[in-house]
Amino acid sequence: MAIKKKSKAGNYLVIVLMIVGGIAVSIPFIWMISSSFKPESEVLAIPPTIFPENPTLDNYINLFTNMNFTVYLRNTLIIVFFSFIGLLFNAMAGYGFAKYEFKGREKVFYLVLATMMIPGQVTMIPVYLLLNEMGLTNTMTGIILPGLAVAFSIFLFRQFMTTIPNDLIEAARLDGAGEFYIFFKLVMPIAKPIFAVQGILTFIAGWNSFLWPLIIANDESLYTLSVGLSLLQGQYANNFALQMAGAAFMVVPIIIIFSFFQKYIVEGFTMSGIK
Amino acid sequence: MSNFNKMIKNRHPYMFIAPAVLLLTVFSLIPILIAFVISFTDLNLKGLADWSSITFIGVENYTELFSDDTFLKSIFNTAFYVVLGVPLVIFFSLSIALMLNYGTSKLFTVFRAVYYMPSITNIIAVAVIWGYLYNTEYGLFNYLLSLLTVDNIPWLEEPTIAKLSLILLAVWKGIGINMIIFLAALQGIPRSYYEAAEMDGANRLQVLFNVTLPLLRYATFFVTITTLIGWMQFFEEPFVMTDGGPLDGTISIALFIYKEGFQFSEFGYAAAGSFILFAMIIIVTMIQFKLRKSDTEY
Repeated sequence: MAIKKKSKAGNYLVIVLMIVGGIAVSIPFIWMISSSFKPESEVLAIPPTIFPENPTLDNYINLFTNMNFTVYLRNTLIIVFFSFIGLLFNAMAGYGFAKYEFKGREKVFYLVLATMMIPGQVTMIPVYLLLNEMGLTNTMTGIILPGLAVAFSIFLFRQFMTTIPNDLIEAARLDGAGEFYIFFKLVMPIAKPIFAVQGILTFIAGWNSFLWPLIIANDESLYTLSVGLSLLQGQYANNFALQMAGAAFMVVPIIIIFSFFQKYIVEGFTMSGIK
Repeated sequence: MSNFNKMIKNRHPYMFIAPAVLLLTVFSLIPILIAFVISFTDLNLKGLADWSSITFIGVENYTELFSDDTFLKSIFNTAFYVVLGVPLVIFFSLSIALMLNYGTSKLFTVFRAVYYMPSITNIIAVAVIWGYLYNTEYGLFNYLLSLLTVDNIPWLEEPTIAKLSLILLAVWKGIGINMIIFLAALQGIPRSYYEAAEMDGANRLQVLFNVTLPLLRYATFFVTITTLIGWMQFFEEPFVMTDGGPLDGTISIALFIYKEGFQFSEFGYAAAGSFILFAMIIIVTMIQFKLRKSDTEY
């Protein structure tokens, strides 16, 4: 794309390098998928087999019959669902900062930006103590609440929504549309691309959430998939086949979703002006 | 009263920002103040149950930290991670972005996804998979090395090798997002620049070093800052792979803070540690900005 007259040899060199590097990066995934279909004995075989000789689905069935993966999956989906409500809050805040003049706007926005710079380790302990005082440890609410508002997400929404023409919003106001009607029916459709990026990132973050559920949840009934998987790793330390099946169950959905929507992610970064 | 009426009339912006700003206030801003206050106290599990037993001990936590061998070790390890990891991440993500920017065919799109995959992979899944790969007896890596008649490597059992193993894993996981940022920047470079260079008879390497890389300055700066900040808070990899061991050989500052806070319940001590980390991050970031300034003055 960049240079018109490319030497053929150079082209092939780049493609070969890209493929070799790509395979190297994928080895952990290939190994995970292949091992997850092996019976327990084959997984420890030396020399290892690349493709399972006796492929089996037992490991995956085990996850749901002997382990509580149904419960973990339900909890994870609850977290994902609520993080989308958080996404809506972030979008609303981004819109508020982008399209309204109000007292203290700059100051509040700088405060929002400042929270981005605080390392997670600083707030982790006080947030735990706060939730403890509110009696929210070991509850789903305690797991969900602290992660709802994301400063970086507010920032990206604001950046995008600043580019929406004011005239458009004014025209809708003159037609008698309410502020929330304008947001949901006019602004949200225009901001679809940024919602797409943020939606994917929110899904991934919710699906992968680990540390906070680990800190807050004591009961297994509140565990997420990641916490459950780390429990499995401890309990079945030598059953690598079962571990790989658990890992594959976490990773594959994300990869599928990502491959459908990946073009939005690149566009999203181009849009947000990080270049 | 008139002020109140005005508030009602102009309530909309506040209604839009209220939910997110309230949540951020409760779970980010107020906690910073709390952390700062408790870092000067001896708050622990006992103090949590009975507030009257908490005593204000001044800067004792801070002075104690700097004579704590584990903390000093965690500073050394974190420096080790940063010095090796950050340049590796930047080098690989930039090189891969340059390769991916070379063509527009389906193949390039597919490989863009392949290189991005590790960065969206759940950290526990990563730990499970890499724990298996790194396994001394049954792991794939040692098997492949044995084909080259290399002896078994104790990937996670020897302090220095374990640090390197964690860096390898973290670089693998860290390429994706930075690669996307570089790619977005590369796609923003106008074609006309390349055409002009071509007309001047520049070859491929000259174009790379004299056109492309200088134009990526802002992206490189952004990636360097964010990667550096991220690696100074290096946490997940040692947490899930080694829990800081062997012999605290892989413990990072962030992991030290977590362990003091949530395993030993020394909340005051941990909070003090977190502020030292915060100060280090600010200092390093400021140095970065300073260096950049003198760079543009050239």
